[in-house]
Amino acid sequence: MTEITLRVNDEMRSYSVEPHHTLLESLRDDLALTGTKECCLVGECGACTVRLNGVIVDSCLVLAVEADGGEVTTVEGLAWGDQLSALQEAFLTRGAVQCGFCIPGQLMAADDLLRRVSHPAHDEIEEGLAGNLCRCGCYYQIFDAVESVAVGSGEQP
Amino acid sequence: MRRFEYARPSTLAEAVALLAQEGERAKVLAGGTDLLIRLRDRTLGPAVVVDIKRIPEIAPAITQDGALVRISAGTTMTTLVESDLLRRSFPALVEAARYVGSVQIRNRATLAGNQCNASPAADTATPLLVYGAVVVATGSGGERRISLDEFFVRSGVTTLEVGELVTAIELPLPSGARRSAFQRRTRRRGHDLASVTVSVVLADDGVRLAYGSLGPRPRLIVGGPGSAEELLERAVSEASPSPTSMRAGPEYRLAMLRVLGKRAIEAAA
Repeated sequence: MTEITLRVNDEMRSYSVEPHHTLLESLRDDLALTGTKECCLVGECGACTVRLNGVIVDSCLVLAVEADGGEVTTVEGLAWGDQLSALQEAFLTRGAVQCGFCIPGQLMAADDLLRRVSHPAHDEIEEGLAGNLCRCGCYYQIFDAVESVAVGSGEQP
Repeated sequence: MRRFEYARPSTLAEAVALLAQEGERAKVLAGGTDLLIRLRDRTLGPAVVVDIKRIPEIAPAITQDGALVRISAGTTMTTLVESDLLRRSFPALVEAARYVGSVQIRNRATLAGNQCNASPAADTATPLLVYGAVVVATGSGGERRISLDEFFVRSGVTTLEVGELVTAIELPLPSGARRSAFQRRTRRRGHDLASVTVSVVLADDGVRLAYGSLGPRPRLIVGGPGSAEELLERAVSEASPSPTSMRAGPEYRLAMLRVLGKRAIEAAA
């Protein structure tokens, strides 16, 4: 076991991990942050997307020990307590969520896109979310939700 | 995943000593976007995984020294795409890096790692070949430079020796005017492995054409000024696409090599 220290959703966490455990496994099993989903395990589907040191990554392709000393934001870190972010609200009001399994990853990728490009064009949204698959096929609703937040960003709290 | 030890050397000397000591038991970890998949499916089972990301010489950096551009081994695809220097002088490389995986993958995957895995379909291999890239490797015997064309052997195999570590990729800046282009064919738009990749450089002193995903390794062919069409025909007759690949049949790949090659030549002209 190796001792690691991470800032996860603005909280310092120090604990031991097995070197062969991924960040995904560690978030879910060691820290009980089960919003981040395990799915393809080869970096194709994006269900395990988290923010690590300011950029989004597939947490199934990062060892927990690699994140030592770093800063991680998971989907649990997007809301303020019970108050959902504008992006999360938009996913609900635009009907972007069916089964919901891919949504934590979609939210993390969309949040990242909006931090980099405040008013993304449609093809920029497609590219920003190209690493996140939705088996329900809610892409139009998801893109619509992202676009609605980008358009209305001036009015958001 | 099988158990392994994790080592995180903080200096190049420490990493080289560790790799020399562990030999074949060690695997180098940079971005991990290929390595972790192979650790999980157990096609690789190293005793030690050596994470090189905290070595200062490896840290992401694109620097110019005279007529040479050095891209450190820790440089990710995202960093490449954002580089004005590369966009200006090596546009086909930036174009190729833009197509690698997704945002999530490009934030981790490194240019050096893409070469070390030696996939015949590696997006960044053909632009590096036409730009005359050199791999800088360090081992216990010191540093050596290997032209990328001599680095690739076949899928997954390079001339890097056990105990050696790639520290950077070097690219010579062009002495005169030149145009270059990158073309790629996939089964679907977006995140997919390439069925054909082609890069071309047209310069006053000659033409360089490279193709990938049509044989065991990416190939480079070089000719005199105005020889682009001739090189492309040579490429089509020499290429040996896999008859059993899932992604595309050999006839289709050869047909697309001709089409993409012509597009690349036109785009560069």
